[in-house]
Amino acid sequence: MSASQTVDQRTADDSLDAELDWPVSRVRVENLRVAFLVGGVRREVVNGVSFDLAPGECVAIVGESGSGKSVTARALVGLAGRNGLVDADALEIHHADVRRLSPGQWRRLRGREVGFILQDALVSLDPLRPVGAEIGEALRLHRWGSRAARASRVIELLTRVGVPLPAARARQRPDQLSGGLRQRALIASAIALDPDIVIADEPTTALDVTVQAQVLRELEEMKRRGASIILISHDLSVVAQLADQILVMRAGEVLEQGSAAQVLGAPTHDYTRALISAVPTEGTRGSRLSPVPVPDAALTASAPASAHTGPILEARGLSKHFRTPDGGLTRAVDGVSFDLAPGETLGIVGESGSGKSTTARLVLGLETLDSGTVRLLGQDWSGVPERRRRRLRPRISVVSQDPLSSFDPRWNVERILVDALAASEFRGAAARRARAIELLGFVGLGAEVLERFPLRLSGGQRQRVAIARALAPRPSVIVLDEAVSALDVTVQAQILDLLVALQASSGVSYLFISHDLGVISHLSDRVLVMKDGVVVETGEPDEIFRRPSHPYTRELIASIPEFDPAAISERK
Amino acid sequence: MTRTSSSSTRAVARQLVRKTLSALVVLWGAATVAFFAQLALPGDRATAILNIRSGQAQLRTPAELAQINEQYGLQRPVIVQYLDYLRGLVGGDFGNSYQQYRPVTAIIGEQLGATLTLSLTAIVFAWVLMVVWVTLTAGRGPRVGALGALVDVVAAGLPAYWLGIILLLVFGLGLRWFPVIGGTGVNGLILPALTLAIPLAGFMSQSTRTEFERALEQPFVISARMRGMSDAGVRLRHVLRHAVIPAVTLSGWALGATLSGAVIVESIFSRPGIGNVLVTAVSSQDLPVVVGIVTLVAVVYVVANLIVDVVYTVVDPRLKAS
Amino acid sequence: MTALRPSSTSAAGTAPSTRLAALARRPWGLYAAVAFVALLTVAAIAPQLLATHDPLALDYPLSLHAPSWTNWFGTDESGRDLYSRVIFGARESLLIGLGAAAVGIVLALVLGSLAALAIKPAAVVVDRVVEILFTFPALLLALLLIAISGPSATTEILAVGLGTAPGYARMIRGQILAAKGSAYVEAATALGHSRSRIVFAHILPNALRPLVAVFALSVGQSIVWASSLSFLGLGVAPPSSEWGALLDAGRQYIVQAGWLIVVPGLVIVAVALAATTIGRHLQSYLERGEK
Repeated sequence: MSASQTVDQRTADDSLDAELDWPVSRVRVENLRVAFLVGGVRREVVNGVSFDLAPGECVAIVGESGSGKSVTARALVGLAGRNGLVDADALEIHHADVRRLSPGQWRRLRGREVGFILQDALVSLDPLRPVGAEIGEALRLHRWGSRAARASRVIELLTRVGVPLPAARARQRPDQLSGGLRQRALIASAIALDPDIVIADEPTTALDVTVQAQVLRELEEMKRRGASIILISHDLSVVAQLADQILVMRAGEVLEQGSAAQVLGAPTHDYTRALISAVPTEGTRGSRLSPVPVPDAALTASAPASAHTGPILEARGLSKHFRTPDGGLTRAVDGVSFDLAPGETLGIVGESGSGKSTTARLVLGLETLDSGTVRLLGQDWSGVPERRRRRLRPRISVVSQDPLSSFDPRWNVERILVDALAASEFRGAAARRARAIELLGFVGLGAEVLERFPLRLSGGQRQRVAIARALAPRPSVIVLDEAVSALDVTVQAQILDLLVALQASSGVSYLFISHDLGVISHLSDRVLVMKDGVVVETGEPDEIFRRPSHPYTRELIASIPEFDPAAISERK
Repeated sequence: MTRTSSSSTRAVARQLVRKTLSALVVLWGAATVAFFAQLALPGDRATAILNIRSGQAQLRTPAELAQINEQYGLQRPVIVQYLDYLRGLVGGDFGNSYQQYRPVTAIIGEQLGATLTLSLTAIVFAWVLMVVWVTLTAGRGPRVGALGALVDVVAAGLPAYWLGIILLLVFGLGLRWFPVIGGTGVNGLILPALTLAIPLAGFMSQSTRTEFERALEQPFVISARMRGMSDAGVRLRHVLRHAVIPAVTLSGWALGATLSGAVIVESIFSRPGIGNVLVTAVSSQDLPVVVGIVTLVAVVYVVANLIVDVVYTVVDPRLKAS
Repeated sequence: MTALRPSSTSAAGTAPSTRLAALARRPWGLYAAVAFVALLTVAAIAPQLLATHDPLALDYPLSLHAPSWTNWFGTDESGRDLYSRVIFGARESLLIGLGAAAVGIVLALVLGSLAALAIKPAAVVVDRVVEILFTFPALLLALLLIAISGPSATTEILAVGLGTAPGYARMIRGQILAAKGSAYVEAATALGHSRSRIVFAHILPNALRPLVAVFALSVGQSIVWASSLSFLGLGVAPPSSEWGALLDAGRQYIVQAGWLIVVPGLVIVAVALAATTIGRHLQSYLERGEK
């Protein structure tokens, strides 16, 4: 097949091949290599990716950040970037060699032969334009039909992806639609011209679990209709739902490749095994997620400064309202109550808008309560002016989702840690430095990190520094607000193991906030499920998972993509 | 989770009311500053006025002083003068000039039109320059970006008098494309407007360029490319609207800045306008005129900002709901 | 975007071209700016070292001559050498610029900090005051002050300072508010630090960090503003060689002797550029510690 074949000829050849029963590859990639030229230096980003994609098949590329999976996907449509140098032994889309296409030829190909779905419609659709315009744009660019025909096609597409009242919705902007609807609109914009190849780059990341389930159903439906899908994801459970073939990438190399059953059920590479075992579920409770051992020092972390034996936290009837711009009131937290015992982990799980983060901030005293009380170590905490609260603040620490923004940008690690030490307890620069090194030891970092700046540390290292800072005053409780949500899954596994070890040795309590049910059930002794500011269910992780009573909890559990490696290897 | 149109219009109305009230407070403050500036003339006001009128300082007889005090009501308690002044402002009366016993509004009104035309033309030119320049040079790699940013900064810092004279020498005298002594026709408007527009464009380009390059990296731009859109298409149909948002905000300020810049430009190109009036008034210390012009510009600035706020919600409709 | 290109298999460039590239990457702008400022400092302290003629020497036959080898910048209407006048005027012009910048920044610091940090009622009042002052364009505020107290060097300094202060005050206020609402300030609150500790350890140092570049920028800007006032005849009186006064004098000869305005104006623009460049490099040098 020569490169001079026109686009239209290719689809004819496709069906011809199908008739003749030849193996049809819609996409053929052989030894794809991508490098970036930055400041005169070549950096290899993808090195040797090969796969074939047949009709109705899904190939998944799995990896963590920096693995090169997204670059691979973009190289397939000629969007590797301005400094990108792409080469391959073979790169064919619909049997046409795309290694030397002109920009005009690429533009004709994109949207028509290949559709691309990015993550999070809130930023992947132009926030200033109505979704109908975005969906119709592909039609307009490829000169499909008249204006009227395009308008009705947009409505047809919205109906196909399951958006009710499509005519009205088409006129709305992404921020005016709910998460699920706008994600469907994003999908509609990618399949506007019915491409039979769809590339989905992290299509479910940053989405609520229920919305994620809807998106996966859409992709399954597309697959059923005969589309070929290339799925890029770091989330193995998402991949397990859809993929027929899986490639595991790390640092630009493909470490393992094969059918889904084989890669997930009987992985050969250590890294794949580490990826699979790193996923936390209620079944992994009590076991280590990461092959990397927990630092020894973590097993000897100091006990909390207070010897209080009663409940560490007592929250009663917490309520907080916010004003909306049109003058109304929205109920962020309403009547939340719980206790936290010493050495216990209480998990609060919910989707976005459930009020879990606001609850954490109320407990920390960073927001004022409208009503309700919080008692810390048996003492009045919420009703007391800030000046008096400061005395007790060392008893409660916080680790948030983005550690970088919680560090003063001008400070290095040593200064950050020393700043958290009580001046009375550690006098003299030497004593403070020693304590800082000790704290770093608890979280598995060496003394050489002291003079580094947070910008130069990896995500995992930064979070460890944040945990070290949280441990500095020997608190009785640490509030962890989505503390592992932004981490790669193998790094997340290490941090979770660390947290478990620290709790075992020191006896500190955790208030753990997350949207990830797997993480919550792995870590928590008890779970609170929140929706729209209210606690809908509480209980132990087992109960919540096996016998959920509230309909919302049931919906939540049902939305979690099934990930049971053992079952997969048996099934396929 | 959709918002009905009625609730968003209610939100917009509330914001507008709040902003208008705030604007009125600012205007009142500006008027107060202006009033007390008038009182700040050293020495006895009546003497000062007579000196300004005659152009020389000399001892004045009580009879002359009494006459001036009568005319300008200078003997009344300050609070009465202040309230009177405010009342006059609301009615559009800015008091009378010291130098010519004429209402300030008359003096300003004669010349305001020419200056306003110049200002508005300059803003239009600046927008055109900025949009073309940024669209062509933003997001094209570090070297072009650095060069573009440098040009922005240099242009923004050019003094109006210097730029105006260069333009005059090159295009007026040298190439003879435009008249040297500016008439009131279109031809006489171009060079003065350009003199004001170029620094303004440089200034606005700085924030527009930053916003443009930020928007170019956003996922929705990649989505558009994935649909088969060309680079030009992406820039014009998607990014530009995002990038000009800061420039819209700046345009309110720009009106005040160009009005004051007109002072210099009118002098260079010998154009009629309140610039000349202002300079004469300042050198002869004719405070009511100076204060009148300054207050007028402040009023224009506040009103322009209100209008800009409304335009803003059209350009970025998300603001209606936030 | 780029069509697929074959990956280059050649070595990373030959030796001479990389050396040239490295040379090109050095901050030539900064070197030029520093050299220029050094020259100006010499001109301010010991102008006789740099001037070619006596700035006050009248020589009517030579009046209104274009720039030549004897008179590098040309001559004015009385035959005085323009270059020497510019050199001798450097001291006064730079002092006015520095003075005005200092006045402006100090005023802006006070107003901006109060508007952002003072207790609620005071902060709101100061904020409104700044907003009100900001509605008056800088030039007009300056003109107002001059109208009240008459033109002089001191008035020029105060006027330009007062004119530029509201803009900077707003900027400082914005910076402080941004720091106040940041996550690291919240983290410090959660650690139990007192409010004053947070203000002095976190808020002020972070908010005022860009101030170095801003001050440098404002020096350049102030010199430009001051010269604009003089151009209008409202600055320092002649026969001072202060640059603005040179502009004012040259105004009548725009058509016959354009260099009388263009050249001093060029010097002023160069000063502003140099100040901005130095400010920017200083800023990134200070921030380099954290990268």
